[in-house]
Amino acid sequence: MAQHTRKGAQFQAVTANRLADGVVVYLTADNGWSESLQHTEVAEGKEAGEALLARGQQFFEPGNLVLDVYLFEVEKTDNGIRASSVRETIRQAGPTVRRDLGKQAELAGVHE
Amino acid sequence: MYRYDEFDHRLVTERVEQFRGQVARRLSGELSEDEFKPLRLMNGVYLQLHAYMLRIAVPYGTLSSRQLHKLADIARKYDKGYGHFTTRQNLQLNWPALKDIPALLDELASVEMHCIQTSGNCIRNVTSDHYACAASDEVEDPRIISEIIRQWSTFHPEFSFLPRKFKIAVCATKNDRAAIKVHDIGIQILKNAAGEIGYEVWVGGGLGRTPIIGKKIGDFIRREDLLAYLEATLRVYNMQGRRDNAYKARIKILVHEIGTEEMKRLVEEEFAAVKARGALQLPDAEVERIKAYFAAPAFETLPDAMPELDAAIAREPAFADWVRANVTAHRVPGYAIVNVSLKPIGKPPGDATSDQMDAVADIAEKYAFSEIRVAHEQNLCLAHVRKKDLYAVWQALSAADLATANVGLITDQIACPGLDYCNLANARSISVAERISERFADLKLQHEIGRLHINTSGCINACGHHHVGHIGILGVDKKGVEYYQVTIGGAADETAAVGDIVGPAFTEAEIVDAVDTIVKTYLDIRKDGEIFLDTYRRVGVQPFKEKLYAAH
Ligand code: HEM
Ligand code: SF4
Repeated sequence: MAQHTRKGAQFQAVTANRLADGVVVYLTADNGWSESLQHTEVAEGKEAGEALLARGQQFFEPGNLVLDVYLFEVEKTDNGIRASSVRETIRQAGPTVRRDLGKQAELAGVHE
Repeated sequence: MYRYDEFDHRLVTERVEQFRGQVARRLSGELSEDEFKPLRLMNGVYLQLHAYMLRIAVPYGTLSSRQLHKLADIARKYDKGYGHFTTRQNLQLNWPALKDIPALLDELASVEMHCIQTSGNCIRNVTSDHYACAASDEVEDPRIISEIIRQWSTFHPEFSFLPRKFKIAVCATKNDRAAIKVHDIGIQILKNAAGEIGYEVWVGGGLGRTPIIGKKIGDFIRREDLLAYLEATLRVYNMQGRRDNAYKARIKILVHEIGTEEMKRLVEEEFAAVKARGALQLPDAEVERIKAYFAAPAFETLPDAMPELDAAIAREPAFADWVRANVTAHRVPGYAIVNVSLKPIGKPPGDATSDQMDAVADIAEKYAFSEIRVAHEQNLCLAHVRKKDLYAVWQALSAADLATANVGLITDQIACPGLDYCNLANARSISVAERISERFADLKLQHEIGRLHINTSGCINACGHHHVGHIGILGVDKKGVEYYQVTIGGAADETAAVGDIVGPAFTEAEIVDAVDTIVKTYLDIRKDGEIFLDTYRRVGVQPFKEKLYAAH
């Protein structure tokens, strides 16, 4: 799979798509999967990132709950956790079009 | 219109049942993703950024009102109330849940539709001219042969695992509205001096990473031989095409590597062998049977002049604008072709809401023999409308926000889903198209600019046909930031050409201004009667380059 994080990234989180409906989810500290980036566990540094990824992978196989599990870079800001790339921001907060619908309407501030 | 026979129907319902079992076994964990992925792709189910995506085939872009109503229902029930019409005349749903897809496919099957062969390395949906049966210089309805090819290629055992996907397009008029020269096989229907119908065969066109214009290998294949010739071409490709590298696996690379003459020779050789076996002769009776499905509707005898229409045009400027851009001459007096723009200013190209699909289906039922076409430019089309009904059609379309008067103009853009939806994307396409559309919203300006196609793709796969846009925009990724590379001078019609890169890529903030600069440069230097492409062909890329990078 394509690389979605960056070598030397300080903060990273783990994301996936939920098997049953494809919805974007984030790995939480209690080994759950949340639809909100704000609930994600943030790993600091390379090793913590790899450990987090390994934990997430369990839910692909054998867990069978999610697929396409991977690490991506995040930033901690005063307004909460943000994804660093445009791609992950779009996954988090929906398309930047049809802003009347879905996540992009609920999380309207993120794309501003 | 063609209706599935029992055989088709049985195949499709069996396939849905099979897939229902596969989805259940995937959800229970019995099937791994590695095992399941090829199975879901065979049924048109992709995984995108936000959700699964389902690609529904619309063979040669023809839909009945009943089918379009069903698509509207499905989008409402299983998705978010809209769908995306693509350059390959298909419909994509952006948000279906995997667990719902078997039920969704059942509903599709109830109107003789499916998602088979919309993915994978097989022969994909055959595309054709959305003006079929309505264009005045048409040699024969291109859907007849498209349907014959569809039947031949559906579940074709030998061609289900080709080196790569395979796309066929058919055109029956001088003006190519099906982009046949950028398809793996393009078929141009011709009539010879003796009045017989035959087929010119172009091979090895394609976009993607390596854009290539197709080469002609067959000058006049006789009707009874067409399937044998196609079979021969596919067989040569299947045997000789590269399987070691996905980027080099399309037939265009084979043709490029061995040369057109050698390709022609190999195909002729195989063709002779297929013919000698005699198995693939197309019997006249079969052609006639299929032809009957595409018989022209019962046109009335009407005068072509329509004083009421002229009066309405004179009276109502908005209607006049719409007629000017969206309505085209029909081969039958008293009728017209109506293009329904899916390019409202500032909105995603090719999207239609469920309510809009229902509206078009109703309008078609009332005024256009219940028939709707999907155009590869991501618009819809009502092929046969009485001129006396144009005003009512316009009013009904207006009520559904479907009367944007911009077909063929600069705001009638092609754009792939891009980074707003697509897992493979480098950059956004739709939002760029939206901003360009806003910049050029002024209709007077659009007419002054004239015919100009802007095509945008979010990555090198070129689903948005950027190489063949008069202006092409390609999204690239530079360290997680969106950039856009611009080409000019591409064309997808009978004068097909791949555009020239103007220079270094622009940022997301710069791209709309860059397009604006190109358009202004053209307006400054064009000669009377030229459209953008003419000016480009006269002056080349240099004047545009100078203006674009002067300030840098
Ligand atoms: C959103 C999910 C999509 C995915 C994952 C996808 C994937 C791809 C890939 C991998 C290629 C390159 C194939 C090659 O060069 O061998 C391609 C080409 C192409 N796709 Fe898509 N595509 C998607 C959506 C679309 C849409 C929405 C359209 C229509 C607007 C489309 C129409 C095409 C066309 C026309 C080409 C280039 C022609 C050619 O095959 O040479 N695709 N696509
Ligand atoms: S061109 Fe690239 S970004 Fe656009 S739909 Fe195709 S694969 Fe996705």
